[in-house]
Amino acid sequence: MSAPQKRARDEEKRPRVVEDDARLSRQAQERQRLELERTWANGRGFIAWLAETDHKVIGRRFIVTAFGYFTLGGILAALMRIQLAKPENTFLGPDLYNQIFTMHGTTMMFLFAVPVVLAMGVYLVPLMIGARGIAFPRMLAYGYWMFLFGGMFLYLMFFFNVGPDNGWFSYPPLAGPEYGYGKRADVWAQLITFTEVSGLVVATCLVVTIFKLRTPGMSLNRMPLFVWAMLIVSFMVIFAMPSIVISSTCLILDRLVSTHFFNQAEGGDPILWQHLFWFFGHPEVYIIFLPALGMMSEVIATFSRRSVFGYTEMILSMTATAFIGFGVWVHHMFATGLPQLGQSFFTAASIMIVIPTAIQIFNWIATIWTARRLQITVPFLYMASFFFVFIIGGLTGVMLASVPLDRQVHDTYFVVAHFHYVLIGGSTFPLLGGIYFWFPKMYGRMLDDRLGRISFWLLFAGFNLTFFPMHLLGLGGMPRRVYTYPAAMGWQGMNLLASVGAATIAVSLLVYLVNVVVSLRRGAVAGENPWGAATLEWATSSPPPSYNFSPQPTVASSEPLWHSELAPPPLVGLATDRREVLVTFLLDAEPDHRYEMPGPSLWPLLTAITTSIMFVWSIFNPWGVVWGSIPIFVTLTGWFWPTEKKERIKHGIHGRMRPSETLP
Amino acid sequence: MSHLPSILHPAGIEAARISQLWWTMFWICTAVWIAVAVAALIAIRRGHRAAAVHVPDRTIVRNVATAAAISIVALIALLSQSVLIGRALNTLRSDDALRINVTANQWWWDIQYDNPVPSLRVTTANEIHIPVGKPVAFNLFSNDVIHSLWIPNLQGKIDLVPGRRNELWLQADKAGVYRGQCAEYCGLQHAKMALVVVADPPDQFEYWLAANRASAPAPVTPEQQRGKDIVEKGPCAMCHAITGTLAGGRSAPDLTHIASRSTLGAAAIPNMHGYLAGWVSDPQGIKPGNRMPPPGLSGEELQAVLAYLETLK
Repeated sequence: MSAPQKRARDEEKRPRVVEDDARLSRQAQERQRLELERTWANGRGFIAWLAETDHKVIGRRFIVTAFGYFTLGGILAALMRIQLAKPENTFLGPDLYNQIFTMHGTTMMFLFAVPVVLAMGVYLVPLMIGARGIAFPRMLAYGYWMFLFGGMFLYLMFFFNVGPDNGWFSYPPLAGPEYGYGKRADVWAQLITFTEVSGLVVATCLVVTIFKLRTPGMSLNRMPLFVWAMLIVSFMVIFAMPSIVISSTCLILDRLVSTHFFNQAEGGDPILWQHLFWFFGHPEVYIIFLPALGMMSEVIATFSRRSVFGYTEMILSMTATAFIGFGVWVHHMFATGLPQLGQSFFTAASIMIVIPTAIQIFNWIATIWTARRLQITVPFLYMASFFFVFIIGGLTGVMLASVPLDRQVHDTYFVVAHFHYVLIGGSTFPLLGGIYFWFPKMYGRMLDDRLGRISFWLLFAGFNLTFFPMHLLGLGGMPRRVYTYPAAMGWQGMNLLASVGAATIAVSLLVYLVNVVVSLRRGAVAGENPWGAATLEWATSSPPPSYNFSPQPTVASSEPLWHSELAPPPLVGLATDRREVLVTFLLDAEPDHRYEMPGPSLWPLLTAITTSIMFVWSIFNPWGVVWGSIPIFVTLTGWFWPTEKKERIKHGIHGRMRPSETLP
Repeated sequence: MSHLPSILHPAGIEAARISQLWWTMFWICTAVWIAVAVAALIAIRRGHRAAAVHVPDRTIVRNVATAAAISIVALIALLSQSVLIGRALNTLRSDDALRINVTANQWWWDIQYDNPVPSLRVTTANEIHIPVGKPVAFNLFSNDVIHSLWIPNLQGKIDLVPGRRNELWLQADKAGVYRGQCAEYCGLQHAKMALVVVADPPDQFEYWLAANRASAPAPVTPEQQRGKDIVEKGPCAMCHAITGTLAGGRSAPDLTHIASRSTLGAAAIPNMHGYLAGWVSDPQGIKPGNRMPPPGLSGEELQAVLAYLETLK
């Protein structure tokens, strides 16, 4: 093919403005919509409910389930605060307390923080990029079921008094076969396996969705910052998870079949566990944090009525954070006695990682500074609190990066204060703001403003009241993970204050919950775009239909809804009688080929059940791995059994588009 | 005198250096926090009021870049301060310093003052005596899981890792009693795994060391003798050692000079008659899950054992 011909063909493929296309007439659109409705519908009834593969439904389930676990983790936190409210308290004994703090950490990290931010991505990313659905919807459903079953398994074991009690980090030898009695450490390690599977599955879905399903016109440099954040985070999940896969598997092997990976008496090394665990564990913090930054950008831009200042710098900053985040893990291990020179490098990296976050903060402040009539709504309040709350955590993080200072405050309440400021201030505050912001999209109704403000200010006050005194406790010598403390240490005043703060947090979250429940029934009807936001998720009804858009919009700017004058005509030409989606090229999102999405299926659920049986069986008997794999094989075979109709294969539905088939 | 644990009230040169680093960091970080908070507040106020006052992008870029540059300079300052203090913390090392072996167990500390002459070694538990004004090195070992030795007023913590030897150097500059604690979660009774560090003037320390080299004093009264018999022939000697007697167990704290120590159960309770009686008769009530089973003594036997233990000064 000659060059001009090739250019002509490429030109053909580009989305074009076809003003008078018959397929854009109102009647045609309506016909198309009705057909989409039929094609993308999921049946009614319980079985259909179980077979659901719509990313919005799964995303919502994911979010609701994660908040369910958040509630359980919060109740555990409240129990700890009751126990620590006074010295020598006997409300909880050491055995129960140790289980509770382990369950609290494990729940919040593995069953709430990571799943909930990924779930926000599952719900929002396809909408934000103008796609009909998410890539690999059945795999996504499988990921959800694994997450649900993993958490249920953990809490079931906890209620049978087999809850893990070695901390959310499960250091051997304490968690090893010799000192970790019973099945408690196995339960922890296997829960990790559940969440690994779920996390990897969701991350894969998101990466492929973002790379291949963006609507024409949405080149990489027009992607909303939240989508960028989710892309970066998904890659972090894919690179960080293998480390915890290896370490938790080695731990299970040590316990189950007496390998000696972490047994120093047989040539293993307990410190090896710490390297592997924190090589995952520190990036995990950024996995929780970066999506929140993405939400910050969306909300701040919306209420400032301008795009976030320094789009490219924001993306580069997030990417830099992701890279440096893999090079700081040793700052969790400064007290293990590693050589000093090596530690200095990790100090430098841990301090360096402040820079990209600082740049993002400055850019947000610049955005707000130059806002066109800033609206101080409830979501904005949550995001603005980041500047006051998170930054305290960030600055104490700089202190912890210093080896000498860390050797003093490591494993004390100072660190507890630090990471709650970072995780709650840097992720939960933006997340609650994000839920408030996107709730109208998810459920079609607005949350109540007055209850929202009450809840926010209660949380803001309660949070600081709970966690600020903990800095002082740490400086005053109170170690972490103690079920009680002597009266003579002078720690009771601050502890009591923290417990009062915890009660305030509980009240604030209760108000939030009441707001959600009441607004679900009686909230003001939201309409398509209640906040006047710029991104594509607001270009469809609230809640969106199962097929997301009709017609599918295409874009010519990074704020399509603010520049409607630039809006190219919507996409037409995709089949509506089957779940056909347009796959586009990675960089510029030009049409590549058509692809038929799989529909609802029970196989993901069945496979999740067989996988869960194998996982649970294997902690009681190594042969569970062997015999338990057979049902998994059967369900996977059922899942992947070819069902494609011959006729469709003949028509080449997966083939590259011919020029004659170009879309307008 | 006894000091409350605190890293901000250092009693030794190492802790003083770290405390100085803390204050540097504290003031710089506070300034940064105030700057960002004020900037955010002004931005919100302006953004809320101003109806699209145009600020040229170049001005914003310049301001953001300036803020970023200031942050980088501040961070480099903090980094260099941290590295310098880190190096300074290494200057205490010397070859002729007093060396003390500290071995952590679930949930108590075994302390041994090493000496080439075996009879001059001193073994004790949960209480470390050190001379004021002299560098001291702790050789740190663990018999089971990972622990961490932390005496906030004297020095930062370091872990005791099974199969490894770590070192902790410190120097007390003020005489006094300092509380230390296990700072790495080590299982059920991690909360009650503390210890006491007593910094004595050098001559007083030498006196203490000499006194602790002695074997246990012989019982005087018949009741004390009976107590000794029970300890030697009963369950106590299975785990505990008392030098100069038949009790030679090595898996629990050495009791040779138990009466001279100020605490019991790894600094869980004070060492006074009532507490001692409570500990010996029902150790699980005070520190549930610790490795000492209730010895099952009758009232009369208990009194005899107490009478004997209280002679072990």
